[in-house]
Amino acid sequence: MTVENQRGSVVGEDLHQDRFPAGMRVLAVDDDRICLKLLDTLLRKCQYQVTTTNQAVTALKMLRENRNKFDLVISDVNMPDMDGFKLLELVGLEMDLPVIMLSAHSDTELVMKGVTHGACDYLLKPVRIEELKNIWQHVIRRKNFDSMVLNKSLNEDKACDGTGDGRLGVISTGSADQDGKLCRKRKEQNEDEKEDDEENEQENEDASNQKKPRVVWSVELHRNFVAAVNQLGCEKAVPKKILDLMNVEGLTRENVASHLQKYRLYLKRINRDAAQQASMVAALGGADSSYMRMGSLDGFGEFRSLDGSGRLSSSALSSYRPEGMLGRLNSHASLALRGITSSGLVQASGQNLSSSINTLGKIQPTPLPSNQSASLFQGIPTLELTQLQQSKCTSSTGDFSPIKDSRGFTAVTKNYSDTRVTVGSSTGLLPGASGNPLVLQGNPQLPDDRGAFVNQSSLGVASETPDTFDIGSRGCSNFLDHNRSNESWQNAIQLSRFSSNSLPLISAPLGDSRGDAHCQEGLMGNVVQDMNYTLKQRWEEQKQGCNQNLNHTVNTINSVVSVHGIISPLGHCLDQNNAICCKSSDVPLISQLHGGALFIGPHGEVETSALDSKMMINENYLLEQTKSQNGFIQNNYDSLEDIVNAVMKQDHVHLIQEHNQTMLSDGEFGFDAYSLGACM
Amino acid sequence: MELGQMQGRLAEFTKSLYMEGILDAQFLQLQQLQDESNPDFVVEVVSLFFEDSEKLLNDIARALDQQSVDFKRVDAHVHQLKGSSASVGAQRVKNACVAFRNCCEEQNVEGCLRCLQQVKQEHYLVKNKLETLFRLEQQIVAAGGSVPMAEMTF
Repeated sequence: MTVENQRGSVVGEDLHQDRFPAGMRVLAVDDDRICLKLLDTLLRKCQYQVTTTNQAVTALKMLRENRNKFDLVISDVNMPDMDGFKLLELVGLEMDLPVIMLSAHSDTELVMKGVTHGACDYLLKPVRIEELKNIWQHVIRRKNFDSMVLNKSLNEDKACDGTGDGRLGVISTGSADQDGKLCRKRKEQNEDEKEDDEENEQENEDASNQKKPRVVWSVELHRNFVAAVNQLGCEKAVPKKILDLMNVEGLTRENVASHLQKYRLYLKRINRDAAQQASMVAALGGADSSYMRMGSLDGFGEFRSLDGSGRLSSSALSSYRPEGMLGRLNSHASLALRGITSSGLVQASGQNLSSSINTLGKIQPTPLPSNQSASLFQGIPTLELTQLQQSKCTSSTGDFSPIKDSRGFTAVTKNYSDTRVTVGSSTGLLPGASGNPLVLQGNPQLPDDRGAFVNQSSLGVASETPDTFDIGSRGCSNFLDHNRSNESWQNAIQLSRFSSNSLPLISAPLGDSRGDAHCQEGLMGNVVQDMNYTLKQRWEEQKQGCNQNLNHTVNTINSVVSVHGIISPLGHCLDQNNAICCKSSDVPLISQLHGGALFIGPHGEVETSALDSKMMINENYLLEQTKSQNGFIQNNYDSLEDIVNAVMKQDHVHLIQEHNQTMLSDGEFGFDAYSLGACM
Repeated sequence: MELGQMQGRLAEFTKSLYMEGILDAQFLQLQQLQDESNPDFVVEVVSLFFEDSEKLLNDIARALDQQSVDFKRVDAHVHQLKGSSASVGAQRVKNACVAFRNCCEEQNVEGCLRCLQQVKQEHYLVKNKLETLFRLEQQIVAAGGSVPMAEMTF
């Protein structure tokens, strides 16, 4: 048995193999302190390392801080702050840890629910020590499953490449089809593998005994993944191809396959939740961070929160829906989006929409791709606003209002008309963002012909963390087509704000690179400078690519411009620069930003000019950026200016406002990238 | 009373609790978990139980006292009480909770009030008994003896 762990050192998924199951790290969650104490004692008696908490929220935080700190989670079903099943889902999706449910009730429905949500086991209270003595098997089983499948594929590599893929593909599809049946499928698969593979068994055993380091799906990695998936399209996104596209060393097809499964589940859920929570967002309004959070939890907004903080809250997205904006958008863009969705969604989702929506409005609606029908991300990306962001968002949302026109921004990037999924960008986007920024990807396409705001703008509400921004941009990736680093994408997203006109996201590209950078930065405040740089590059690329789109963009720009106009006043708050920028070539960006900003603003608030100081700051930032990159923008913006002017007259703002309300709940734009993935 | 006698009394008393169904095997498990590294485990857990359960019972009473009773809430409380009583081995309390749950499902306020009474009674009973038990144990320890590990001999 190859022991990759080092004794005593806890690295990643160390299981202290030589002593295993002793030393297995368990996280116990139960609101009843008596049961918790008892559980703690029992587990210690089994020689596990135990951490306890009586709050699910705390548990999640701990898990997110360091995914590799625990091997197993035991959770009560009935908890006041969060439903145990929700926690179960989130842990399973985000951290890929085995979860055991615990309850005093043995109702069949509850047990079934546990199974369908992916629980490894369901124990009844009072728990007996004999049962706890065996829970380590779940950890091993999960690892082995991965190992075995991997091993198998490796063994059959050349010969059965297709088969392996097929199998994995099947697995993925299978699980995708069956929501929540991930665990079961895996188990089945596991059994199949075992049965079929007599020959390989020995090898498999060896391999599975071998401790394979668990793959940590970091933000970048996930972005990369999302980008690859988007690039391939829903239909074609099979693990092997994704793996090839991602081109990450050390990543196995198996890893990708299991991740893909989860991603699909996530997207599905987001879709569902988004639909259900349309009104929630409206209700949220304000600093309902906890809500949003929950929402995202529900929606498992974050497929894999890149940082853990970015979460696409489907709920957030759904909030958008209610206005019907989404609906409209969807109608348009659904198509466009579809194409993008997979990728876009992936991106969005992948990006952990670190909902730092706090950037408020930052959610730059990524201009929808040229497709008029900004394909709305079905999954209305729900960016989960991290608490922090939320507060931020709220503040910023205030600023949004001015950007009425930013309807386009509607954070709902849904409308990514542009199927350009900046999938690629997603990975690049949030390198550093702490995942706060909310990337609102769905640009809800304003139903109005006006180009309803190309929802493309996936507002990357980049709050603190550029990462989040990336996420946002990811959502925008649609815009960007290019897989540029997320950053560029984000910019696109920002640009997408233009979407109001449902103009092709050209602006997105333009803005994307820039916007992304800017947006992010502006939004996030912390937007990584780097992003800007990358954006710059992207900008260049985009420019070229966007020329054609320019026309379209013009429309968007118009919208943007109008937004811009609104922004201007805002801008002054920010900086002189901003104002200037806005007017100047940067306008597009600004508009974008604004648009985004509007978007993000909390519902209702945004409309009004929501540009919060945050926004402003961001804008300033962006503006500055744009300035620096004037060269880029200028070219593109010439026409934009015209458009902007035209746009000014429009009153998309209303639309946006509406959207904003719905969408912006708390500034969280749930970018339901996953829903986009519905196409999957 | 000499040590041997005290220990005998304790054993008898404990046995009777099991026989009467006031305590079940779970309590035994608790006792078995107690060791040098965790010398007061049982007392700690049981004390926690009494604190929390009293709070729960009050909450339930209050909830049932409302004009319009929120049965979901009552059920949630009862569920928690059931879980914790099961965890400490207070069998009769747990059983009373199970009956209580049925009344909640029927949304019958009268029935619930009756069930609550029942639960309270059982709770009071087990509390007294355990307090006696602990007192006996303390006496033995004070007298220099050790409390024998309980065994299920019946």
